[in-house]
Amino acid sequence: MTKIAVIDYGMGNLHSVSKALEEVSTTEEIMVTSDPETIKRADKIVLPGVGAIKDCLEAFSDDLRSVTLELIRNKPTLAICVGMQMLLESSEENGGVKCLNVLDGRIVKIPASKDIKIPHMGWNKINFLSDHFLWSNIPDNSFFYFVHSYCCLSSTDAISKTTHGENLISALGKDNIFAVQFHPEKSQNLGLQLYKNFLDWSI
Amino acid sequence: MTVAKRIIPCLDVDKGRVVKGVNFVNIKDAGDPVEIAKRYDDQGADELTMLDITASSETRDTTYKTVESIAGQVFIPLTVGGGVRATKDIKRLLRSGADKVSINTAAVNNPDFIKEAADKFGSQCIVVAVDAKATDDTFSSWEVVTYGGRERTGIDVVEWVNTVKEHGAGEILLTSMDRDGTKEGFDNKLTKAVSSSVSIPVIASGGAGTLQHLVDGIKEGGAEAVLAASIFHFSEFTVQEAKQAMLGSGLEVRN
Repeated sequence: MTKIAVIDYGMGNLHSVSKALEEVSTTEEIMVTSDPETIKRADKIVLPGVGAIKDCLEAFSDDLRSVTLELIRNKPTLAICVGMQMLLESSEENGGVKCLNVLDGRIVKIPASKDIKIPHMGWNKINFLSDHFLWSNIPDNSFFYFVHSYCCLSSTDAISKTTHGENLISALGKDNIFAVQFHPEKSQNLGLQLYKNFLDWSI
Repeated sequence: MTVAKRIIPCLDVDKGRVVKGVNFVNIKDAGDPVEIAKRYDDQGADELTMLDITASSETRDTTYKTVESIAGQVFIPLTVGGGVRATKDIKRLLRSGADKVSINTAAVNNPDFIKEAADKFGSQCIVVAVDAKATDDTFSSWEVVTYGGRERTGIDVVEWVNTVKEHGAGEILLTSMDRDGTKEGFDNKLTKAVSSSVSIPVIASGGAGTLQHLVDGIKEGGAEAVLAASIFHFSEFTVQEAKQAMLGSGLEVRN
């Protein structure tokens, strides 16, 4: 049985991520865990993230971090919101922090302008920049739910963009990693479709 | 193109049942919260808000159970409010499956509570609910009221929302207590005064009785989202019909 580890580093609402995975899983086992031994045995990992990035990064103990990074380099990985941001090089949030440097790009504050509200909160369209297995059965220009104040504006790993004032990178992909700024677990049917695609994804 | 305008049905929950009254009196039973939440989700609601209107310690466990059942079956954002007084209440609600928590009276009593909550859980999940009442019949200035409108605070609404924003709130749920339950439409002057003075999203609430009222809340009030309860509960209108009306008037919505 395929084991999916949802990494629990003590932050935020993991309930909805695991519920969404359970909703679409057939035979997979969904484990919400912070135990390095359990994570080692996982076939795929989901890296959620809610709240301030510094707290999320600090919540990774050394053991948890090395085990998780090992898996991120080899196994299908889905990173969400701050989970995505943690995979980039650095973030301006909390006075500037170094991130895990697995994907190309930096996190900056969403550029303010008169016509937009920050946080970027609500449903917005994603425009595909390249094909990906995880876009299966999801039409281009579909709405997904976003809530964030920091973003990535450019990356060589970008696979979709979204306009909120400027063009923000809404998804990144590289090899076994798929990372999204939006919350598929809050994006109704198309969000569930994305989780299903992740479960069906083999590399 | 930017973020779509949102329609947020609101469930006022009392002891595990959805209820709706006028100005919080004459309360009518409107059904089971989980069933109603699923119905709105099917109709294309963009988010749901659930307010625990009793919020007493005896019924609190029922609230957490309701939140858990809704969050387990509905995959759109869920905001929960009512009786949130301490960070432990927020933690428990987020752990039960709420995505955002709405703080009202506790924020007025102690604005630093907003900062504490935003620092701990992130601004994105801290909504401050502001109940406003006009100070006179010109409807040109408003004060913050608490305890469901029973207590006047003398605090100016526009000043207050700026304080709230500075303390780290991610969103404002603005209710006109003059209009709540009347079906006369939102107080769009109030919404405009607030939405034009803060950079965070504002949800207009209190008074929606027709689909045009929802459109006006966004077009005239400058709200990012509109919240309504009774027009949806008793199936006068569906969320789909509301979206059609918004689309028809040129607003961007998720369809």
